[in-house]
Amino acid sequence: MPEITREQVAHLARLSRLALDDTELDALVGELDVILTAVARVGEVAAADVPPTSHAVPLENVTRLDVVVASLSRDDVLAGAPAAEDGRFRVPRILDDEQ
Amino acid sequence: MSDLTRLTAVETAAAIAAGETSAVEVARAHLNRIGAVDGDLHAFLHVDEPGALAQAARVDAGELTGPLAGVPLALKDVICTRGIPTTVGSRILAGWRPPYDATVTARLKAAGVVILGKTNMDEFAMGSSTEHSAFGPTRNPWDPARIPGGSGGGSAAAVAAYEAPLAIGTDTGGSIRQPASVTGTVGVKPTYGGVSRYGLVAFSSSLDQAGPCARTVLDAALLHEIIAGHDPADSTSIDAPVPPVVAAARQADVTGLRIGVVKELTGEGYQAGVQERFAEAVALLTELGATVTEVSCPNFAYALPAYYLIAPSEASSNLARFDAVRYGLRVGDDGVNSLEQVMSLTRAEGFGAEVKRRIILGTYALSSGYYDAYYGQAQKVRTLISRDFTAAFDRVDALISPTTPTVAFRLGERMQDPVAMYASDLATIPANLYGGPAMSLPCGLSEGLPVGLQIMAPTMQDDRLYRIGAALEAAYTDRWGGPLLSLAPTLSIS
Repeated sequence: MPEITREQVAHLARLSRLALDDTELDALVGELDVILTAVARVGEVAAADVPPTSHAVPLENVTRLDVVVASLSRDDVLAGAPAAEDGRFRVPRILDDEQ
Repeated sequence: MSDLTRLTAVETAAAIAAGETSAVEVARAHLNRIGAVDGDLHAFLHVDEPGALAQAARVDAGELTGPLAGVPLALKDVICTRGIPTTVGSRILAGWRPPYDATVTARLKAAGVVILGKTNMDEFAMGSSTEHSAFGPTRNPWDPARIPGGSGGGSAAAVAAYEAPLAIGTDTGGSIRQPASVTGTVGVKPTYGGVSRYGLVAFSSSLDQAGPCARTVLDAALLHEIIAGHDPADSTSIDAPVPPVVAAARQADVTGLRIGVVKELTGEGYQAGVQERFAEAVALLTELGATVTEVSCPNFAYALPAYYLIAPSEASSNLARFDAVRYGLRVGDDGVNSLEQVMSLTRAEGFGAEVKRRIILGTYALSSGYYDAYYGQAQKVRTLISRDFTAAFDRVDALISPTTPTVAFRLGERMQDPVAMYASDLATIPANLYGGPAMSLPCGLSEGLPVGLQIMAPTMQDDRLYRIGAALEAAYTDRWGGPLLSLAPTLSIS
């Protein structure tokens, strides 16, 4: 059933924020086709009226008491960031040139 | 004392408590062993000598007590450790030091367990051989040319090679049990929700579960009891008493238990030697007083494809958090590139080939137009697999199968064939999809390499695994004249 194109893989890579090079894209086209053919077997199961399971534990929403508890210090958290400034995460520009 | 690294966890704790040795001496003996063999084995990504010795000193000072106080442990590098590197086997987190301890880590520390360091793993726990680690593979102590299993190959190899009597692994599709099987050790995936996932770097949140690795069933039970139990910090944690696993391991009696052989997890695709050892285990259980029957779970045939849709889908979502902003690597931040470009460059450089493959696969399975046929259908198959388990457990108390279809394969053998690599998890995946507990324990050798027996039990009946596992272990030890690991060749150090 599956037949995945290079364009599709390139689109998926963009959605996934992965700057793949041409070699990687070419390899993935073939690999994904093989993997998808293998996993498409789930379609052989007649399951139209079967409810999906998203989770093994039948829990509804779990909430905690609305009480303030200690949390991580700002300095501890920012210590692991690739870049920080003025007590905040520093990020590259978020707008394109024309914006 | 004789070689401290050869003792079980129970023997180690007893020797320390009796003053025959000290926790510091025990820690040093294991650190020396790591120094001697890990250059070749590569079970560890990071050894925390100062932390281990400081914790051992606290045990010796009487500040920390408990059944495993002073016992060394190797922690899979997917579990957060405050101030100690946690890489998940990935370049994207190289050098990152978490600002907090996972609940599992905190409970180990409070129990006086001595954490020696962090163990190697397939990147983000995606793999069955540790060959997908960004920092190089781990080798199997039974044969350095073979894989130690994965993703928790480092933890299993460390235990098998006497670098630590205990380790923690995590199991999403078999990552505790398959390494245990191929290294001749004991590994347990507890009931999903039985052990807190707080501080466990997520791969597939509805499947991930941390659990014990050990050389004996009783050691695994003691470790299980320490790490298990409700944790408000994990909303999927089960708020119920921990199953009596230690008592069950001490009971070690299968008289009157009904045990089912899963028809779909034997036969074609399983090596002849694996099938022979499995048949012997079935005969042994009967001798020990259990009633063994065959049980059919028809939808298990679809567990592997369902898993390889569900897990990558969840991974593609979970790994979105690696955005080059809050932690880890950042590539291409030259003042010109936009945030989106930096993100894409960072993720392309920081993730390895298998992680990228699964992110793309998951993104595809979740995308509009394909969702129903892939992810949605896989979730329905998951329901049918759970129903198979429930129906089986109406008839029997536990299910058994070989843990893996083959003994340890050679390094490199399946690296170019992802589908063959995925098939390593054929027998272990059903329990993850259902959520119930499962154990692997050694049941003999084939081609001179360990074979594992898998036991599966109903949700929150983890104690049954230990009851059956300990009974079998005692019988095998009699038969073999010692534990299976005593038959392992001496680790050849090049």
